[in-house]
Amino acid sequence: MSVAMAQQRIRIVVAKPGLDGHDRGAKVVARALRDAGFEVIYTGLHQTPEMIVNAAIQEDADAIGLSILSGAHMTLFPRVMELLRERRAGDIVVFAGGIIPEGDIAPLKAAGISEIFTPGTSLEAIVTWVRDHVRPRGVPA
Amino acid sequence: MSNDERRKDFTTLSGLPVKRLYRSADLADVDYDRDLGAPGGYPFTRGIHPAMYRSRLWTMRQFAGFGAPEDTNRRFHYLLEHGQTGLSVAFDMPTLMGRDADHPLALGEVGREGVAVSSLADMEVLLRGLPLDRTTTSMTINAPANVVLAMYVVAAEKAGFPRQALGGTAQTDMLKEFIAQKEWIVPPQPSMRLIQDMLVFGTRELPRWNVISISGYHIREAGATAVQELAFTLADGIAYVQAGIDAGLEVDAFAPRLSFFFDCHVDFFEEVAKFRAARRMWARIMRERFGAKDPRSWWLRFHTQTAGVSLTAQQPMNNVVRTTLQALAAVLGGTQSLHTNSLDETYALPTEEAVRLALRTQQIIAHETGVADTVDPLGGAFFVESLTNTMESAAGAYIRRIDELGGMVRAVEAGYPQREIAEASYAFQQQLERREKVIVGVNEFVVPEEQPIPILRIDPQVERRQIERLREVRTNRDARRVEQTLAALRQATEQGDNTMERVIDCVKAYATLGEICDVFRAVYGEYREPAII
Repeated sequence: MSVAMAQQRIRIVVAKPGLDGHDRGAKVVARALRDAGFEVIYTGLHQTPEMIVNAAIQEDADAIGLSILSGAHMTLFPRVMELLRERRAGDIVVFAGGIIPEGDIAPLKAAGISEIFTPGTSLEAIVTWVRDHVRPRGVPA
Repeated sequence: MSNDERRKDFTTLSGLPVKRLYRSADLADVDYDRDLGAPGGYPFTRGIHPAMYRSRLWTMRQFAGFGAPEDTNRRFHYLLEHGQTGLSVAFDMPTLMGRDADHPLALGEVGREGVAVSSLADMEVLLRGLPLDRTTTSMTINAPANVVLAMYVVAAEKAGFPRQALGGTAQTDMLKEFIAQKEWIVPPQPSMRLIQDMLVFGTRELPRWNVISISGYHIREAGATAVQELAFTLADGIAYVQAGIDAGLEVDAFAPRLSFFFDCHVDFFEEVAKFRAARRMWARIMRERFGAKDPRSWWLRFHTQTAGVSLTAQQPMNNVVRTTLQALAAVLGGTQSLHTNSLDETYALPTEEAVRLALRTQQIIAHETGVADTVDPLGGAFFVESLTNTMESAAGAYIRRIDELGGMVRAVEAGYPQREIAEASYAFQQQLERREKVIVGVNEFVVPEEQPIPILRIDPQVERRQIERLREVRTNRDARRVEQTLAALRQATEQGDNTMERVIDCVKAYATLGEICDVFRAVYGEYREPAII
């Protein structure tokens, strides 16, 4: 299968958990992923972890991109991971970005977040990471 | 000397073309009296006061708010002790959305990005011991601004400060929330209706209060260009002035108490030109479009915050330099008050040390550099005047487009400014990727390993303690009075009466923020944004 065909099948839910309205980053990343050939579903703002996990399952997503800038990441990111496992969707790849202090990255990765992108990350770096790490669910990476 | 240039095109941060040299011919159309005027004289391009900072420096107003009300109250006392001259309250996300600390949507958010205020009890702690008759308080609160203003008035009155003595601002700018900041409760039209209630109440009851702070800051931070920030902010202002007139107020009765709030980004001259153009445009809008006669209605008075979005997580000490340049542009642009960001804000809310350095930055500009000793020192510079004209004409074109769409409320409902901003922010990010724009330490001059800096940690116990206090409030209050005042508010809302005094009754009865906002949610419905990417 060509790279382009594999990419077309990859579906990514970009989501804003929590209450902050800082959506510039989420939207720019969503658009860059779309321009790079992925199918992108943007949830809009003010999503609970439950809403995000529901959206990902309904949309048959292969990956979820979370963005948060309010400081609630240590509560909300692990909650998303917990719900995914409860719903037997723990194989959905989750990556995240936002205002996330260095010291929080290791515990978030331990909770199951595959990658954390901090401010200043280039779109190219995010797109490349997704290409390298996300496969259609059920297909071994 | 070679005539070759470093680049093919030179543009401002917002993409406006910049020529090699500006000359008197570039100002051929400028009429000094008509377009600049003396400082303190129409159209106020050179400043709203004749002597500007020679008579009074700008207000140094650092935005602060985190954790429990006790934490923020302590930070306010600290800032006043270090020479800050005004207060500015940041509320946490649940408060901004009109939700109590124990609401499921508040999970993990309580006290994180501002102070948590769920009831009058929290507001009383927040304001404890502060000289509310001598300092002015700015509150960044919008969707539930009516409730939080009511809490402020009631808490101040209980502490012995009459409402006539209270000076400050509640932001109350919902249009920019729908456009950019995205903390809302009810849809745009009922939001405007509640703002009308506040305009009428503020005009009659709070003679020293600025009823709306029309804000471009969040619009810019969401990715808008300087031109878009200027245009959308003034278009929002036009909508509020019209709303006040439609509510039966004389324009000169409330327009002098509208203030503005702008971003100051890092493109130095573009920002100075933006502020100068803003003053001139607003003066003309108020006099020519609305027929205002009081010169104070023509004044565009504004607060500035340096651009949070320009700060970098990489080599964070560089942020001190960025903030200094931005603060200088704001001062040369004639700001009335200023917040300087702290170097650590791409990681967390600032530490006390970082905030003090940010405040010291302003004090150095004010007291050491001499830039505050003459009025509008950049006025008359060929480039600055030319760029001021360019900003005005580009922003004017946007305002005409918004008028054609039926005004800003309609434009927001149609998603017009939201789409324009999304386009601009994506285009800018692509310029960064191509290195057409340079951010030092991010896409150029990168270092591989960096030393971590100290950051502020919010105690995770804050959320639990806030929820406990809220439960205590609910247990100790007179439940029947709460029920009655909420029912009276619901009735006033349904009948279209002014809701402000009813909100005050609810607050006095210790009805919570969430309970009061639930009344508006029940009557008007909740806003849901169409997701635009």
